[in-house]
Amino acid sequence: MTKAVLSLSQVNFRWPGRAGFSLSVPDLIVAEGESVMLLGESGSGKSTLLSLICGTLLPDSGSITLDGTDISALSGGARDRFRAEQTGVIFQQFNLLPFATVSDNIMLPLQFAPQRRKRTHDATREAENLCRALGLPDGTTRAKASALSVGQQQRVAVARALIGHPPLIIADEPTSALDATSQAAFLDLLFGQIGAHKTSLLMVSHDPRLGDRFDRVIRLEDIAEIKRDGQ
Amino acid sequence: MILHLAIASLFARALTVGMTILAIALSVALFLGVEKVRTGAKDSFADTISGTDLIVGARSGSVQLLLYSVFRIGNATNNVTWESYQDIAARSEVDWIVPIALGDSHRQFRVMGTTRGFFEHYKYRQGRSLAVVDGVIMDDLFDTVIGADVAQSLGYKIGDPIVVAHGLASFTEHKDQPFRVSGILEKTGTPVDRTVIVSLEAIEAIHVDWRSGAKIPGQSTPQDVIREMDLTPKAVTAALVGVKSPLQTFSLQRAINEYPQEPLLAVLPGVALQELWSIVGLAETALLAVSGMVVVTALIGMMATIFSSLNERRREMAIYRAMGARPARIIAMLVFEAMLMAAVGALLGVMLVYAVLVIAQPVVDRAFGLWLPIEAPMMRELWVILGVIAAGAIVSLVPALRAYRMSVADGMMVKT
Ligand SMILES: Nc1ncnc2c1ncn2[C@@H]1O[C@H](COP(=O)(O)OP(=O)(O)O)[C@@H](O)[C@H]1O
Ligand SMILES: [Mg+2]
Repeated sequence: MTKAVLSLSQVNFRWPGRAGFSLSVPDLIVAEGESVMLLGESGSGKSTLLSLICGTLLPDSGSITLDGTDISALSGGARDRFRAEQTGVIFQQFNLLPFATVSDNIMLPLQFAPQRRKRTHDATREAENLCRALGLPDGTTRAKASALSVGQQQRVAVARALIGHPPLIIADEPTSALDATSQAAFLDLLFGQIGAHKTSLLMVSHDPRLGDRFDRVIRLEDIAEIKRDGQ
Repeated sequence: MILHLAIASLFARALTVGMTILAIALSVALFLGVEKVRTGAKDSFADTISGTDLIVGARSGSVQLLLYSVFRIGNATNNVTWESYQDIAARSEVDWIVPIALGDSHRQFRVMGTTRGFFEHYKYRQGRSLAVVDGVIMDDLFDTVIGADVAQSLGYKIGDPIVVAHGLASFTEHKDQPFRVSGILEKTGTPVDRTVIVSLEAIEAIHVDWRSGAKIPGQSTPQDVIREMDLTPKAVTAALVGVKSPLQTFSLQRAINEYPQEPLLAVLPGVALQELWSIVGLAETALLAVSGMVVVTALIGMMATIFSSLNERRREMAIYRAMGARPARIIAMLVFEAMLMAAVGALLGVMLVYAVLVIAQPVVDRAFGLWLPIEAPMMRELWVILGVIAAGAIVSLVPALRAYRMSVADGMMVKT
């Protein structure tokens, strides 16, 4: 049996406030090198779960273990740094700092992750290589992020998630801003990169059609109990 | 590297950031400019009279004596009799003495009767002497030397006639005895610029046909008769005195103040000037306080622009957070941006002051006789820059703390 990169057990979280949305995840494991798609409707709590995994939200109870470390046991600052070291994050859109160059954007997580930076010998070179591997034209790294198309920006976001090879990539509906052909191309490139480095991928989507490329497709309703106070 | 991202972020908002920096620069320039004018005015005020050890007049307040004898503002309540004047002149401590007779005017300018000694002993701006730019110092009874402002505003040239009016702002003129402009003085920035100077005897001469402030009806002594008369004055308004040794100043002052035959007052010009400045200077301090408030206003403007930028920058902060930045990093980033804006603004402000100073210095000197020295940036400027940067940092803490709270709540998800 392969090692688990991520495991959640008996996690409970409730948003404060009257709308009181709560989420319980009894058991979820992502193995090393595994790609998992998490399906769920809009508003079902997918992004909330990802924030818990990244440690920007803390569970009310239960444990979230990332690469062998229980993140709820870490202090706030250590958790932020741990996130920088262990995960690459891709959002739905608006991933990049528009005023910065592509290479500055790609190298941004290295600012907060000394070990990941040490692993990356020549960060500028690495950024260029990633851009080339992701099918971005030469010289893109020197361009301003705001000058790129949405599809190109998403690929830069992938490069940023991959730089320094963190064990886990977390993607929150990264293809929803792209059209069908770009979606396919995007996933080809993403899978090409994570396959090469045995990186795990946890990708959230509400579109089941993309599921066949993943090792495993799970539905949030199946692994979690979702409650809304209003209901 | 995070620094250069902060700078890139500022450049991306170049217009608002530029406006903010401009406001800070202008306010700093205004503050330093006011400060420069203030110190310049204080120095040139203190430079109005130098080289004179004592000013002597009838007993009144020291500020009043200074005002009418040097600044020609207000009037003497009493005169000093010619006998007392001569008593003082004869004292062993006295190196030189120059009489001043005031009371008449020409148009809006005061007429002052004095001796040639005035041109020799009256000094301003650390020992500079009066100099004629045109003509000569009067040598005829009816000659006059006029100050630069008098010549300029009345358009007088050498040889022009001048009719002196009796008293101040009066329509009764000494028409029978017109004067002739013999010399025009260089601009000094002192009240001399606004003075018509005649000889002491001339003051006597134009009053020959007058008794206790009124013209004797029908009497008009011809000029050649007047020239033959004894024109020794009966009194003078004040006198400037130089002592032989500075050590004797106080004993002479005491002697004059205790002069038994007549109540007199002797003041040290420096002391009286300081006393007067403590009154006049208040306005300048108020001006400085106001310009300080302008700097504060500019900084609050910066705070407002940071505040209003927070919403549109929420995503930027969420990206930083997702990449592993601590929320404290968000505070540091905003405070750094504010300090950078304040620093650039303050530096530009200092440069602006010097640029304006280089252009305005000769103009201000010519127009107001106010000399604004251009010195290398001093501790004061450095403190102002540091103060503005520190104040900018403090002020930016308010929006930075709000951004901190926002980014803790947002995490890496921004709802839009
Ligand atoms: N910042 C927040 N404060 C309070 N409640 C929130 C917040 N963010 C999300 N929620 C609640 O969590 C629910 C799930 O949101 P989210 O995790 O964004 O869903 P998804 O990503 O699946 O669309 C929302 O319906 C809302 O009620
Ligand atoms: Mg979501």
